[in-house]
Amino acid sequence: MRHPRLWMGLLVGVLHSSAQGAWDVNMHRGATEVSRSVFDLHMTIFWICVIIGVLVFSVMIWSMIIHRRSTGQQPAHFHENTRVEVLWTVIPLLILIGMAVPATRTLIDIYDTSESDVDIQVTGYQWKWHYKYLGEDVEFFSNLTTSREQMNNLAPKGEHYLLEVDNPLVVPVGAKVRFLITAADVIHSWWVPALAVKKDAIPGFINESWTRIEEPGIYRGQCTELCGKDHGFMPVVVEAKSREDYAAWLAERKAEAAQLKELTSKEWTREELVERGQQVYQTYCSACHQANGEGLPPMFPALKGSPLTTGPLDGHLNIVFNGKPGTAMAAFGRQLSEVDIAAVVTYERNALGNSVGDMLTPQDVLAFKQAQE
Amino acid sequence: MTDMSDAVIDHGHAVHDHHGPAKGLMRWVLTTNHKDIGTLYLWFSFCAFLLGGSMAMVIRAELFQPGLQIVQPEFFNQMTTMHGLIMVFGAVMPAFVGLANWMIPLMIGAPDMALPRMNNFSFWLLPAAFGLLVSTLFMEGGGPNFGWTFYAPLSTTYAPESVTFFIFAIHLMGISSIMGAINVIATVLNLRAPGMTLMKMPLFVWTWLITAFLLIAVMPVLAGVVTMMLMDIHFGTSFFSAAGGGDPVLFQHVFWFFGHPEVYIMILPAFGAISAIIPAFSRKPLFGYTSMVYATGAIAFLSFLVWSHHMFTVGIPLTGELFFMYATMLIAVPTGVKVFNWVSTMWQGSLTFEAPMLFAVAFVILFTIGGFSGLMLAIAPADFQYHDTYFVVAHFHYVLVPGAIFGIFASAYYWLPKWTGHMYDETLARLHFWLSFVGMNLAFFPMHFLGLAGMPRRIPDYNLMFANFNLVSSIGAFLFGATQLLFLFIVIKCIRGGRPAPAKPWDGAEGLEWSVPSPAPYHTFQVPPEVK
Repeated sequence: MRHPRLWMGLLVGVLHSSAQGAWDVNMHRGATEVSRSVFDLHMTIFWICVIIGVLVFSVMIWSMIIHRRSTGQQPAHFHENTRVEVLWTVIPLLILIGMAVPATRTLIDIYDTSESDVDIQVTGYQWKWHYKYLGEDVEFFSNLTTSREQMNNLAPKGEHYLLEVDNPLVVPVGAKVRFLITAADVIHSWWVPALAVKKDAIPGFINESWTRIEEPGIYRGQCTELCGKDHGFMPVVVEAKSREDYAAWLAERKAEAAQLKELTSKEWTREELVERGQQVYQTYCSACHQANGEGLPPMFPALKGSPLTTGPLDGHLNIVFNGKPGTAMAAFGRQLSEVDIAAVVTYERNALGNSVGDMLTPQDVLAFKQAQE
Repeated sequence: MTDMSDAVIDHGHAVHDHHGPAKGLMRWVLTTNHKDIGTLYLWFSFCAFLLGGSMAMVIRAELFQPGLQIVQPEFFNQMTTMHGLIMVFGAVMPAFVGLANWMIPLMIGAPDMALPRMNNFSFWLLPAAFGLLVSTLFMEGGGPNFGWTFYAPLSTTYAPESVTFFIFAIHLMGISSIMGAINVIATVLNLRAPGMTLMKMPLFVWTWLITAFLLIAVMPVLAGVVTMMLMDIHFGTSFFSAAGGGDPVLFQHVFWFFGHPEVYIMILPAFGAISAIIPAFSRKPLFGYTSMVYATGAIAFLSFLVWSHHMFTVGIPLTGELFFMYATMLIAVPTGVKVFNWVSTMWQGSLTFEAPMLFAVAFVILFTIGGFSGLMLAIAPADFQYHDTYFVVAHFHYVLVPGAIFGIFASAYYWLPKWTGHMYDETLARLHFWLSFVGMNLAFFPMHFLGLAGMPRRIPDYNLMFANFNLVSSIGAFLFGATQLLFLFIVIKCIRGGRPAPAKPWDGAEGLEWSVPSPAPYHTFQVPPEVK
């Protein structure tokens, strides 16, 4: 420690180099009326606790300083006082009643999901979110885009490390947006701190929640219910746009959906499917089956050289489409387009060390789908 | 046990009465002596504390900085799950059963626990249960990875195959706890010395009596919920699967009906011990004995009415949400009464600060801080922001570490002279206290900030904005963890030697346990003492 200034400089440097807000000690006010009233409740109850704490602890500390034996203190002998005991039962009760009133008011407001302008179904999957705009024919998955290299410390981490997705949920500002929240596999929980919306996504049940965002912007959150291996890797990103921008975005999304339908009827070559399939595999399959297809047995079997990916085409398609009940293998028939299913099956058969040589076309998948229904 | 007149008639029993402990390993395997069994429980608990603690060290090492560096997410989830299970069922609960075994007969003037053979069995179930539980870590597919709250369907349809062993381990622990609780109730209700009326019992006995009733009420509920899981996994039922007409939320209702009383099971005996220690080192009687008893009863009663506050975000109806919010806030009243009573006991006393008192005073202050964050969590709309974040992790570590565990440390230092016949090393014990105090606050206080800034719990990696406080927290956790080896050293040193302890080493202490010599003889109170 010959150079205290150098050490201090280093310390200050370390502290300043970290991301902005890294020493935040409190909740933020948020971006909606509800989030602000939740923040006010939080601060009210916090200050009540601080005041009571300061009073009680001052008495204790006073006693610890003044009533020490080393100061020659003789112990008193009192051991009850009905009046004091009644007082310190009744006064906290009154404080609590005072606290319950605004809390009840806010809670009633949060539970009023009526008269919404936009309805969005939010579905939790292991480990991504699916958003469906009810009545608009627009739906998509929202996947984490942070790279494995960043997680494994092989590349520098970005500002939105683990809080960035390919397709954010887009909502209009000023509108009452109602969320219908559910899950496809295990329980997840959809949370955006700035909106003060946190609701569990429960398979087989639908929970409701709502928000009305005032300012355009990007609001980030995370899954908050342990949902398995990649629980920490399924962020929520909400992008609030002005009403005009939102309308334009929605129109664009609808056009894309129409385009995808055309792709299904297009004539594909095996190489094209393998190329597209690689993208799909990286996004949907590699978390469990690993990028090289070797899996993490026994929970997540290998696809490389497996009897499934090198056996009959129908069996392979069936597992991808319907999943495997009782395991983590999801039914991708409801998650992916016909093109993407055809592409990923073709990819798994002709890559990852496999070379079966055949291919599955989107029309085959469509026929399979219709046969199932 | 026979009394003296029987012993004269029955020669065989007279020999039995005067023998000391058996020799060798079989002493511990076959013992029915409450002091031996208490010792076994305490050592078992300490081993579990170190094992669960080393898992916490793995967790904190991974969270030391952002990125995945030490463990992969699958193993991280196993660590968080096993840390919770081992600390709750292996460290805290057996420690209190150990204290109960040692101290309840000494405090009420009984010769032993009422059901000594069952006492032996309930202890020896524990190593079996934990052997089973820990062995899952070495099985294919890994150990339990669904959190210590094991929510379905993550713990049923999506669980690793070892979940069945986990279920049987829970069953064994449950049987052990229920037997321990029956034993406490039978002892307290039947074996009190003449003149020891219920309202003359030390508070430690009172809080344990109430805890035992809580255990008997809720451990079968836990057994029920894991049995429902077993049926769902192996026998085709659908209790927790919506696809078969069941409901995943049902799991949470049943689990937390067990789980909330469970958290009081882990703190009420500590309340009792603190209520003995603070008067002893204040040299002044406990303030408001009667209100302490009623407050404990009120807390236990309310603990059955608040379980859904763990589930504010699952989508229960508005009226349900309001009921559970109000009921939860109400718990602050009897808890407040207890804190005010402890402070009033210290007021105008003649205070000294030996290690038991240091831990007891820290208990009152830090447990109260945990109580404050509990009150914040009770406010349902605010809970939507706190739920399942590090704010909750901070909250329950503040009630469990400086609450339950400091309560156990305080008890251990308070009664070690009685157990070993030696005084412990006061300087080292104070060092143990201060290092634990600093380490614990450094580890857990920043977690409040992390939760409020938006960091969810049970994640192996996080955004850079959470990096600084995670680093601070990890340093605190390492300090706290390492310090506990010092405690081991102090205890061993105290067992092996030290200044001989008089029958009553604390001048302000009250109670029958101080009327027997130190160390307490193998058999005590064969003739019941008279309580005025």
